[in-house]
Formats: sequence, structure tokens, C-alpha cells
Amino acid sequence: MPLYLALVCVGGLIGVSSLPIYKRETAGVAELIYRLCLGISALLFVAAIIPRGANALDLTLPLGLPWIGMRLHLDALTAFFLAVVNLGGATASVYAIGYGAHVSNPVRVAAFYAAFLAGMNLVVLAADAYTFLVAWEFMSLASWALVLTHHHDAENRRASYIYLLMASFGALALLMAFGVLGGVSGAYDFASIREAPRDSWQTGLVLALVLLGAGSKAGLAPLHVWLPLAHPAAPSHVSALMSGVMTKVAIYGFIRIVFDLLGPPAFWWSIEPMTFGAISAVIAILFATLQSDLKKLLAYSTIENIGVIFIGLGLSLAFKANGMLVPAAVAFSAALFHIFNHSLFKSLLFFGAGAVLTATGERNIERLGGLIHSMPKTAFLFLGGCFAIAALPPLNGFVSEWLMFQAILLSPTMPQWILKLLVPAVGVALALSAALGASCYVRAYGVAFLGRPRSDEAREAKEVDQWSLGAMSFLLGLSLTAGLLPGFFIDTISPVAKAFIGGRMPAQNEVGWLSIAPVAESRSSYNGMLVFVLIVASAWAARWLIYKYWSGATRRAPAWDCGYIEPSTATQYTGSSFAQPIRRTLGVIAFSARERLDMPLPGETRAARFSVQIQDRIFNFLYLPITSAVARISNWLNALNFLSIQEYLGLVFAALVLLLVGVAR
Amino acid sequence: MTIIFDLFAQILQMALVLLAAPLLIGFVRKVKAHLLRRQGPPIVQPWRDLLRLLRKETVLAENASWFYRAAPYFIFATTWVAASLTPTFENGLMFSWAADLIAIIALLGSARFLLALAGMDVGTSFGGIGSSREAMFGSLAEPATIMIVFTVSLVAGSTQLSEIASYMLAHSELRVSVGMALIALLIVAIAENGRVPVDNPATHLELTMVHEAMILEYSGRHLALIELASALKLLLYISLIDCMFFPWGMAPHGAGVVEMATGGVAFVFKLAVAGVLLAVFETSTAKMRVFRVPDFLGAGLMLGLLATLLVFVTRSL
Repeated sequence: MPLYLALVCVGGLIGVSSLPIYKRETAGVAELIYRLCLGISALLFVAAIIPRGANALDLTLPLGLPWIGMRLHLDALTAFFLAVVNLGGATASVYAIGYGAHVSNPVRVAAFYAAFLAGMNLVVLAADAYTFLVAWEFMSLASWALVLTHHHDAENRRASYIYLLMASFGALALLMAFGVLGGVSGAYDFASIREAPRDSWQTGLVLALVLLGAGSKAGLAPLHVWLPLAHPAAPSHVSALMSGVMTKVAIYGFIRIVFDLLGPPAFWWSIEPMTFGAISAVIAILFATLQSDLKKLLAYSTIENIGVIFIGLGLSLAFKANGMLVPAAVAFSAALFHIFNHSLFKSLLFFGAGAVLTATGERNIERLGGLIHSMPKTAFLFLGGCFAIAALPPLNGFVSEWLMFQAILLSPTMPQWILKLLVPAVGVALALSAALGASCYVRAYGVAFLGRPRSDEAREAKEVDQWSLGAMSFLLGLSLTAGLLPGFFIDTISPVAKAFIGGRMPAQNEVGWLSIAPVAESRSSYNGMLVFVLIVASAWAARWLIYKYWSGATRRAPAWDCGYIEPSTATQYTGSSFAQPIRRTLGVIAFSARERLDMPLPGETRAARFSVQIQDRIFNFLYLPITSAVARISNWLNALNFLSIQEYLGLVFAALVLLLVGVAR
Repeated sequence: MTIIFDLFAQILQMALVLLAAPLLIGFVRKVKAHLLRRQGPPIVQPWRDLLRLLRKETVLAENASWFYRAAPYFIFATTWVAASLTPTFENGLMFSWAADLIAIIALLGSARFLLALAGMDVGTSFGGIGSSREAMFGSLAEPATIMIVFTVSLVAGSTQLSEIASYMLAHSELRVSVGMALIALLIVAIAENGRVPVDNPATHLELTMVHEAMILEYSGRHLALIELASALKLLLYISLIDCMFFPWGMAPHGAGVVEMATGGVAFVFKLAVAGVLLAVFETSTAKMRVFRVPDFLGAGLMLGLLATLLVFVTRSL
């Protein structure tokens, strides 16, 4: 029943996306589409959380390739991702009802938006390689069209081109992965893939290909270069979906293939995800700290969070391979919980960035400032999102990070030496990325929302509409709930861990006082609710006591600033000056940041110049050689265009002979 | 009955840390003054200052926002909660399961996050300079702390502070990794509390300030709360070091009044020792340049990582 409901909903979404064909008049169609998307996503969310019992639901539709059909199924993992996708979809739709009107070409965006949602839902429902890949490509292309929304901008065209290139590359890698998985006999439904025997070199190949395919979609370094270009280029509600949800669908692909289809893991499977996860987390958050484009900053921070999730998944594989099922479940639950949490607060932050964009027309934080006065509600909600994503208690980002740390602390008993050396390094990367994340969001929030306005647009900003505020408030509320009652959410995802790991964390509702304890209470426990109540109560008590017994008198006066405040707002700390210490200490290593100061000699009248140069080393050392090699080869092959007819005939003949020799063997 | 007694111990702990924190600051200042052959203000002077600040009218900058006004209460509350969950005189406090060591560190991170943001609210250059430097110190000090936490909790087999304290009390053998963690924690504690050589709590020379620069615009009750919070943070770090490395004299969970009193005396003694050591260290070093601090903290981070690696590789060192 839930599966049929889900299918009808996906069909509905595709139908909705074709609505503009029948209803030509633009006014209201976009809003109608968003309202319908909201309804359908909410229904799909319900379909995901309807209790199904322990069994997975399967269904074969007579569509697609002949004799294969289109297999769909719904199990615990699918249901979890269905819930994440549609929660994000529903809130983005609410936001879009208000925000979508500001976008150029609203109807076109709305149509592709619905198609994009349908594609993501179909990916998680697919149960054979063919359906999976078709849905995957559908999702990629729909989002590509959305990235091209503002196609008048040359930069956006370049972003969408790189996106298309990387998406095709990822799909190619996945196609080959499924090719190896299906083997020569070619049974491409997931059930037969699961049963098929496999050599270890095949497993290794599949693992590498999946990491390339799913990793490039999720934005794992070094395949992340498209993400900070493409995600910000789309309208904000789409950016939220791409960052908050589509990257999670890519992770779903990884989990489905590695945890499910490949069979019982060996310990070395964990090395790749952990290493690349750790590298992504640290590099991306450093980039985010140096970004002055608010949406780009958020996109880089998505890469960081994807890295954190991959660390959790890698740890879980390592534990599972060593037969440590409870720690494996802890790491797996941490990763899933972080997937859920990240989809909440990243959507919230992108909505906030969209609100800022609507109110000021500005994405560059260096031209913002003081928005807390002109848009206090957005400022409050964005602050909540920053708190959550910076992994600070009592919000939800902290809980999943905490679980991740607990999983690391369970790992020294693993016998493999490489893991003994790798896991502490991964732990330090995790801690570093969490701490840098906090700095990154202090900078983002402090420069954009606090201080004095740096431009007239920022000074005259207006609060955004009720729909946008409603969507953001709902997400913040959910983030807070997940932070205060994490036990409930962990219990909800533990059936997934049970099905895919074989073990589960102890039931958290049996731990007293709404605490969570991953292994045992004597080992570690955390109670977000109590911490929150204690903090609020003591803050309130302090205020009450001070106002009652001491002084509540307040006076407004000019700022002090050691005696003299320069009226120009340019004297404030900017985003770049805020990031300077981090750029100097860590940036030199990570991306060869160079500062150049051109100081005129005494007597010269020209102005002094200071410039900073930041290079993406990965781009320079990995992508540029590849692209230049491609260019060189195609240039060289270009000569084939200008052959005489005899030479062409000779080439055809040679090809024929070679083919015949190949067949004869 | 036990619950009432536990609750009593927990409330006593909350009151004790609140009361003792400014006295500790006063004590350190007194010792420093004596080392410089000055008389120095009385130990209760910080309390007097705080009470006077609380009585005064608060002057707010004209463009200060609601966040600026709310932040001091939450900075204080967060630090206080963290300090009251760290065992001082009695082990196994009533609410100690609410936040383990990682959560306590993260609570301090929350307070830092709020403080750094508050420094940027008015839009002055000093506020920004303080916040930016604090952010840099924090992004190195926090991972170092996490590594120390890893080491200690792997040795003790728990991240709960109470369990760690009892383990350390029961197994007082010397371990290389724990020793390295101790040194790393000392480095982090000096940096996190803005003491010499990282920051000078007594300075008001603009370009050398970090913590003071962030709170430059604060006055009256807000300033009092932030000062109290930073005093609590110093006390918290000393209790953390005590609890993880020197838990001697701490009363076990459910102990009687006599043992609790002994624990209290032991705690005051340890605070005094730490205060004297801090004062001696501060008077004998000079403040370092801001861009030397990452090296200092990096040493702490590396020590922490080495200690963790040691624990991962061998169970006995």
C-alpha cells in the first residue's frame, strides 16, 4: 500500500511538472505547482512513515526495458531517504510559494522543480540498475535545467556546463559499476545482484567506481569542484534541495550498493570513504571560511558535511567487517542522523540566504551587515541554523557529531594496523572541521547580519514574506526537536541499522530522562533536553535576579571603540579580514594562499595595494592537467578531419580488418 | 532521601563554582602582585567589582541589537551549566550524565560562538579583531581538546567525567599518553582562558587584546555576566585538569557529609596550587605575538594527536 501511494505521488509530480503545457497563462501557475508539490511531498512523507512491518515491499511495472520491467521496492533504508527527500521537498515548496515569485521565469523553474522532486523519489524507490540509472539521470538533468535558470549570466552557464560534465562522468562510473555488479549474465535487478558471487578484484573495482559515481554527485573531494559553482547558481529553494537533499540521494546510492548489494564487507572497504571523507571535511570547511559569497559558502559547507557522513559510513564498514555490530550500528546511525540533520539545517540556511538575496539583491557578505535590525525574524532563524550546523549543543548538529565521536572512541579494539593509524587521523580531521565550522559560521553570520550595514541595499532591506519565514521556522523547530529529543530519532532510524548492519544500538527510550547512551550509560550519555532546560533556566534566573535586586537601567549612547568610532562602515571587520588569521595559518598549506602588498615608497603618490591570491590545489593539479590533456588529444585527432578520400577508405579497411581479427580469435 | 541528598550536592556544586570563580581570579591577581612585590587588591576584589557593575546602569551602543543584549545571559548560563556538570568536590553528581566530557567542551564552544558574535554586533573594528582572533584560537584549541578527551576516555573506557575520575583514582599508574595529554591540556587551558602568553587579561592596549577586544562595548550588568563567565571558565578548566589527572580527595558518589567536606578542602587546596602555578607562569613569561599562538596551539594539537595514536596502538602506554 505505501509503495502504491508513493508511486502515485511520483506520477503526480511528473504530471504536475507538465502542467504549464496545458495552462499557458503564467500568473499563478508557478504558485499552483508549488502548492501541489507541497501536498504531494507531504503525502509521500506519510507513505514513508506508514508502518510496513519488517518486510520490504516489491513491485514490478511493465515499463522500461522488455523482459526486465521496472522494479521498485520500499524497505527501511528507502523509507528513511524517502522521508528525508520529501521533508526537504515539502518545506522547499512552502518556501517557494513565497520566494518563487521573485525568480525570473517562475513557471519554467516550477516545472523543472516538480520533475526534480520526482527524479529524486524515483532513485530511492528503484530496485534494478536500469530504473536506478534512468532516475539518476532524470534527477541530474532536471537539476541541470534548474541551475541554468539565470542563463544570461556567463558564470552560471559555465557552472551548469561543469555540472553537466561531472554528472555525466558520475553516471558513467555508476553505469560501469552496475555493469561489473551484474556480471556477464546480466541480471540487473537488485535481488539477483545481491545473490551473485564476486571476486575480490571485482568488489574493489565496484567500490572505486561507486565512490567516483556517488561521490561526485555528493560532492566528495576531489570531485567536488562543480558543487560550489552549481548549487549557488540555482534559485535558493532549488539550492536548498540540491545541497540538502540531492547530495543525500547520492549517499543513498553509495549505501545501497556498498552496504546492501556488495554483500558482507571486508575491512579495507572502509579506507576509501574514511580518507576521502576526512579530506573533504577539512578542505571544504577551509574554503567555506574564506568565501564571501553567502551561497557559495553554504555549498562548500555542504561538502564538509558530506565528508562527515562518509567518515561515519566508513567507520561503520570497518566495524561491520570486524564483526563489531553495536559500534557499527552507532557509526551507521550517526551517519544517517547526520544526513537527516544536515538536510534540515542546510535547507534552513539556504532559505535564509535566499531571503537575504530577495531583501537586498546581494549574495556577497562584504556588502551586507546589520541585517539583524532590518530583518530580525530571518536573522533569528538564520542564527538558529548557524548554531545547528556549527555542531553546538543543544541543537541537532551536535548530537550526530557526538555520536560520530563515540563511534571513533569504540574503534581501538579493531585489529588492523592501518585502521589503528587511520582512525585517529580521521578523528582529528573531524574535530578540526567541527571547530573550523564554528568559526566559519561566526564569520558568515557576524559579517552578514551583525555590525553596521555596508551598503544601501543592506540598510534598506525589508523582512521577507510569511511563507518563507514559515518554512524556516518549521525547519528550526525540527532542528531543535531533534537536538532535544535525539533518542526518539535514533530509535526511529535503528530499524535501518538493524536491516543493513545486523546489529542495532540499545533502544534509547529505555534510557531514563530522555537521555541518549550509544552503548551504556556508564560509558557515555548526553541529554540535550536537560542541558537546554538548565541553560534557559539559569539565563532566565540571572536576568530575573539582576532586574529585581540590582539594576535594569539601560541607556543608549554612541559606541565606545576606545574613544573614537570612525563613521565610515568600511572600518568594520570584513569577511576577508575576519578570515585572515585562518588564511595565514592554515590556508598557506591547504591552498597556497599568497598575500601581496604593493607599498609605494615615501614620496610616491600612488595608492598602496594589497591583494590575496587563493588557489584550489586540487583544481590545479588534478583537473587542469586532465583538461589540457583532453584538449591536446582532440587537437591532435583533429588532423583526421582533413584526410583525403583514399586515406579515409584506408582507415575504414584497417578498422574492418582489426574487427575481423578480433572476432576470429 | 538519596535523591534529596544528590540534589543538595548538585546545588551546592552550582553555588560553589559560582562563588569560588571570582575568588580564584582575585587569588591569582594577589599572588601575581606579591611576585612583583606589590601589595595587590584583596582577594574579594573581583566580587566587589562584579557587584558594582551589576548595580550600574548599562550603556548600550546605539546600534546594538537584541542579540547583543541577550548574548551575555546565555554566555553566562552556558558556562555555568558546563562548570556545574564538572565534578569538583564530589564525584557522580546528580546531573553528570546529562553531558559527558565531549558535551562539556562543546558547551564551552557554544559560549565562545555567542561571545565572538557579540563582539561583531556593534560594528567596531576592535570587536572584529577580537572575534576573528578568538575564532582562530578556537579552531585550533577545540580539536586539541577533543584529542585530549579521546586519550583520556580511551584510557578510562568512558567519556563520563565521573567515570574517568574514579578510574584515574583507582589506577594511578604513570602513562606516557596521559602525561602528553596533560601537557596538551595545560597549553589549551592557557589559550582558552586568554592568559599570558596568549592573551593578557590585564591589558587594555588595543592591538594586543583578544578577549578584552570582543567585550569592549559591554558595560554594566552585561559586562558583569561576561566577566563572571570567564572566571567560571578558568575554574572549569582547573576542575577538568583536577578531575582527569589529579582526582585525589574527591568524595565518591553518595558519600557522607564528612567526605564531602574533605573533598571540598581538597578542591580548594588544588585550586590554590593551580592559582599559584598560573601566577608564577604568567609572571615569568612574556606575551607572544598573535601569529605565534597557532604554533603554540599546534604543539598542543600534535601532542594530543600523538597521545591518541599511542593509545590506539598500545593499550599499556
